[in-house]
Order: sequence, then C-alpha cells, then structure tokens
Amino acid sequence: MNEILKIEKLSKYFGGVKAVHNFNLSLQEGKIHGLIGPNGAGKTTIFNLITGIYKPMDGNIIFCNQDITGKKPYSIARLGIGRTFQNIKLFANLTALQNVIIAGNQDITYNLLESFLRTVKFRKEEKSLREKAMMLLETVGLADMADKMASNLPYGHQRKLEIARALALNPRLLLLDEPAAGMNTEESKELVTFIYDIKERFNLTILIIEHHMDVISNLCDECTVLNFGETICRGCPSTVKRDRLVIEAYLGEEYVC
Amino acid sequence: MSSYVEGVAILLGLNIIAVLGVSILTGFTRLFSFGNAGFMAIGAYGSAILTTKYGIPFIPAIIISAAFSGLIAYLIGALTLKLRGDYFLIATLGFGESVRVLFAYIEPITGGARGFTAIPKYTNFYITAISVVIAFIFAWNLVHSKTGRDLIAVREQEAAAEAVGINTFASKQLAFVISAVYAGWAGALYSHNLTFITPEMFNLAKSAELTITTVIGGLGSLTGSVLGTLLVTLLPELFRSLASYRMLIYGIAVVAVIVLKPDGLYGYREFSINRIISYLKKVFVKAPKKGADIVERNT
Repeated sequence: MNEILKIEKLSKYFGGVKAVHNFNLSLQEGKIHGLIGPNGAGKTTIFNLITGIYKPMDGNIIFCNQDITGKKPYSIARLGIGRTFQNIKLFANLTALQNVIIAGNQDITYNLLESFLRTVKFRKEEKSLREKAMMLLETVGLADMADKMASNLPYGHQRKLEIARALALNPRLLLLDEPAAGMNTEESKELVTFIYDIKERFNLTILIIEHHMDVISNLCDECTVLNFGETICRGCPSTVKRDRLVIEAYLGEEYVC
Repeated sequence: MSSYVEGVAILLGLNIIAVLGVSILTGFTRLFSFGNAGFMAIGAYGSAILTTKYGIPFIPAIIISAAFSGLIAYLIGALTLKLRGDYFLIATLGFGESVRVLFAYIEPITGGARGFTAIPKYTNFYITAISVVIAFIFAWNLVHSKTGRDLIAVREQEAAAEAVGINTFASKQLAFVISAVYAGWAGALYSHNLTFITPEMFNLAKSAELTITTVIGGLGSLTGSVLGTLLVTLLPELFRSLASYRMLIYGIAVVAVIVLKPDGLYGYREFSINRIISYLKKVFVKAPKKGADIVERNT
C-alpha cells in the first residue's frame, strides 16, 4: 500500500505556546485517520500546517513523495489536498453552484486570449465544469439548492457544500475539520455513511478532526490523540478509548462507564 | 452632433473606461484604491509627451502609455499587495499623490504646475466610442471566465480561495494592473480631448470620484458601473449651477447608497433583458393563475 502523507517531527510554536510539538504521522492511501483531543490541543494547527497557511518551525511534510513543507496554500491545494474549515468559509454571496465551479477552476486549461475570443474550447470546458459542479452538488444532496445563495443555506447544508467545494479540486487527500459540529446523533450517523461513500467514490484518503467519538469509532481506521500539542496516544479507536492518558486528558471518567 | 453634446459624450466615455477599471479592482476583487488618478495622470502625460515631443501617432501613444501605467501598477502591486486591505488603500493614496507632486516638480518635461499645453486635439467621439466598446467587452469577458471567478473568490473569501488552488496574490496583481491600464487609457483620451492638463486635475478628489462612482453604481457589476458613471457625469452637467457643491453631493449620495441600498444601484448582478422579461411574466402571469384557482374550486 502507498504512503500518501508523511509528517516528521512537525513543530509550531506561537510565542511560548507549543501549539504542535514533534508531531509524526504516516498515512496510507485509502485510510481514514482521526485527530482528536481537547480544545487547543493543536488539531487545526496541524491542518493549517499541512495546507501551508502556517509555516512550520521544524519538521517535514511529504505528500505523494513530494516535500510540501513551507509551500504556498494554493500550490498545495493544486497538488491535491482539499480541506474544509472549522468555522465555515464559503463564498457567501455566491450561489451554491458558483461556489463549486470556482473550486473546479483548476480543471480549466484555456488561456486568457481563448476566453476573450470565446472559442469552442472555452465553451466546452465551461460546460463540462458546470456539469461536474452539478454532479458534485448532487453527490452531497444539494442539487435542488444550486441557485441558492451560500449564506442562505442552513448550517448543515453549508458544511456539505464545503465538502462539495473541496471535492471539486479532485483531491487525493481530504482534510475535514469537525464536519459533525452542531449535529445530533442521528445526523452524525448519516454523516458517517456519507463520508465513507465519498471516500470510496472519489478514491480519497481522509484526515478528520472530530469531537463526536461515535463518528471517530465508526469511521476511522486509526486515530491520534493530541493534548497541548503533544501526541499522547495513537492506535485504532477501540484501543485509544481505553487508554488511561486519553481518558484523563480528553474523554473523562464518565465516558468509560 | 453639437460640439457641446460631443464634449459631454467624450467625457462620459473616458469616465466609463476609468470606472470600469476601478470596478474590476474594487467591485470584483474588493481592493480599494485611492490612487487611480495617478495612473490616469501617467496615461495623460505619457501620451501627450509621446505625441508632441516624439511625433508618435495617437493610437500607438494610447497603447504605449496605457501599457506603461500597467507596468507601474505591476511594480507598485508587487510591493504593496501583500498589505492588508486598509494599508493597501493608504499605499495607493500615497502613490497617487506622489505622481501628482512629481509631475508638478519635473517642470522641463511636464510644464510643472502651470500645466502641459498645446496638446493636439486627437480625441473625438468615434475613438472614444470604440474605446468604450472594447473596454467593456474586454472587462465583460474577463469577469465571465476562469480569471474573473478567481477575482470574485478573492473578494468573497481569501483563505478559502487559496484552499481551492487560487493564487490570490497573482489575481490581485492582475486586477490592479488592469485597473491601471484602463485608467491610463482614459487619461490618454482625456489629455488629447482637453489639449491642456495640469497635475492638479489628477488629485485625490479625482481618485475618490472614480471609487465613489463604482460604489454608487454597484460593486460587482459592470453594467452598474456604467450606470453609475452616467449618473455621476451627467447630473452635474444638468445642474451646472450646483457644480461647486459636487463633492458635497457625492458625499451625500454615497451615504444615501450605503444606508438605503448597500450593494449600490446594481450591486452583484448585471442588467439583463431576460430578467426583466421573466419579472414581467411573473407579474402578469400570476394574476390569471389566482383567477384560475378560484374557477377550479367553484366547479
């Protein structure tokens, strides 16, 4: 099996705060890996380091045998790492369809001149991009809301739209930052099936941050628990749940009972 | 066409070109510039120097001076576009003012504060009209392509734009260069229309006027920008006696737009015959439908 993402000795401090310290990860293609831990443990910081929003102080990030440490966010995205944000960041004043179309821009090969001349190539590529965007909206169940303004969609739909937008990049690795936030048990069960389906359909590898333990245990092959920037435990979810340190730092005694 | 009407039409045309540039920058990319009069000045002085001192024909002179404006914007942009919103605005403001002062200072070339005189009157109605059409089609096709979508993504949500593979810095730089080329183009038409220019014509108030016109017309709409320019250029012509209150009226208009219609007259949508037709259809088709409903219930 192929190793798609390899992180070695990754560190990022904000002043005196060790947001991430000596973080290692080896992610095999086709797997779902969970990142869990209390608030402020450094989970989102790791996402921001992988996607290039922050520059690491130390360590390497290797994606598909290519060193992406310190690259610009847009070039990392173009290599095939899609992400969603913890606090949803949609193109709020555009329609759902436009949101997805913009993310599919990287498929387009026509140049400026061809777009001014409205050549056959231009029209063909625009049409197929639109079709792809509609297909993705259908996949996440938002086809009938294609013309709705993104900011007017209900919260749950906005999360789905963010996933559709990330998929439009044709990613190989998808980073999901708390996709189940604000969902009840029923909805998060649905989400588990949904994430598993898109992973199979688009041949994805997924790194997921989540607080709902049921989502993590149903979905992840493996997970890493962080606390104050340090990795305190790693393993399959059922083992992790019984770990003494994890219970003390994150899950709490009641969870075990 | 009477020369007065032609004069107003030319003024309107070159204002449209300059405002379209600001529209791409501010309306579609959400970068505010208070320095575009500086680029107009570069176009105006550049083309005037080329035609009078080097005997270059008018059209090549327009192209060269507009391209030079774009080049300056590229260099300024490389230095300042990393700055966040407000700071970029201050930088452009400083740039516009420096250009004005510089042109007043290099008297042997520009005529200094007394102005550059005896520029041949080459600008006519036809050149202006053709320029407006080209400028509009170029802007329209730009906005309705991948590049335009990149600009809009930068406007809406920069972090997300980067996350979907858009080079936001390059997009901003492109928008800034295009706005400068448009301003330089308008400037070249301007100097060969008036035949006399002074640095004072390209002051902060002119830059502010361009941005205000874009805001009144509506951000994110090219047709809105044209509509805004029509209003801002023609109203002062109609109310000549109020000319000295122009900036006051602009101020009131901007406050009114922000309070009453925050997106501007035509914000975030384009003028479309189809939409008007479908709106009218809705209005007229709705009424009989209600009637039909009643008939159905009765039978």
